[in-house]
Amino acid sequence: MNRKEFLRLGCFSMAALAGRRVAAQAAARRWAMVIDARKCLKEKGCDRCIQACHRVHNVPDFPNRAHEIKWIWKEPFQEAFVSERGPYVNEVFRDQPFLVFCNHCDNPPCVRVCPTRATWKREDGIVMMDWHRCIGCRYCMAACPYGSRSFNWLDPRPHIARIDPDYPTRTKGVVEKCTFCEERLARGQAPACVEACEEKALVFGDLEDPGSAVRELLRTNFAIRRKAELGTAPEIYYIV
Amino acid sequence: MRDRALIFAGLVFFLGLVTFPVWYNAASGARAAAPEIKLPPGGTCVAPTDYMKTSHMSLLVQWRDAAVRENNRRYTAFDGKEYTISLTGTCLKQCHTNKAEFCDRCHDYSGVRTPYCWECHVDPATVAQTRAARAAGANSSEVVHE
Repeated sequence: MNRKEFLRLGCFSMAALAGRRVAAQAAARRWAMVIDARKCLKEKGCDRCIQACHRVHNVPDFPNRAHEIKWIWKEPFQEAFVSERGPYVNEVFRDQPFLVFCNHCDNPPCVRVCPTRATWKREDGIVMMDWHRCIGCRYCMAACPYGSRSFNWLDPRPHIARIDPDYPTRTKGVVEKCTFCEERLARGQAPACVEACEEKALVFGDLEDPGSAVRELLRTNFAIRRKAELGTAPEIYYIV
Repeated sequence: MRDRALIFAGLVFFLGLVTFPVWYNAASGARAAAPEIKLPPGGTCVAPTDYMKTSHMSLLVQWRDAAVRENNRRYTAFDGKEYTISLTGTCLKQCHTNKAEFCDRCHDYSGVRTPYCWECHVDPATVAQTRAARAAGANSSEVVHE
């Protein structure tokens, strides 16, 4: 190989590498959710999203609250947004039920502490769980500032009203949480909670795409996040 | 070595006793019965039978890692056919609808502890049975209340 050939080869390989990087960036995604609280609070006591999620994911219903498993649930405003708490702050929202679940943080503390990498952040931003690997140490539960994770103290199967064979149940001794319906995304479907919401209060989409519905909502509305001051970079936005 | 005869007689007796089941079975002509496995009707598996017999567990581990960790749910089989990676959805629902007569029988026969796949992954047949049993139980308890 002479010098000319070497330079030519070098140029081609650099161009190919750069091309691959550009292609990877074009495919980059950052899943996130925007919850329009104005719409969500409209119908009192509506829990269709919670029902839908817990049904398709075989989430058990334990009679004892100490054993409770929850992927998505409601929390009074002052509990969900503790930094907004104060005797005269946001009185309009006091005791109003806000929908909460895993924030799929961009800087997830649960991932940092997991000793087996049973939980990790995917390239599309989903904080994923691998129940095969979970050893039940519950470090992630201690690390999560949102209480988004639940531990199976007992065998969940007897407490699932109707097991959906298409999704695995969990077993005693593992931690579980919302996975942004990654199994549905893989089939090109929207998350179950988003699909179940008749008010269209939940909007799911790609933050990397400037034309996505979530970006449009965030551009045109004031939105808050839960405990963003902790540096976890939560990716669930609430329009209030 | 005055007890040589005694020692060797004892050894021979011991060996005979230990290997008795082998002799006995050879003499009586009894053969261990193979497990009665019900094969699924027609069709081919995602890999040749010989491979599946010896290595289905490795394939399942590959599938698990591909689906959960790499978010890749497509599997191209040895014959070029594409399958969705799913233990319940593909293996059980499309082919081995009789887990009890296929997986379990062979595992029982070979003394391989039932793998813990089924503590989480769901066998649709078992779920249907449990549901029926629960419904029957609920009905009978209602009768008692009446």
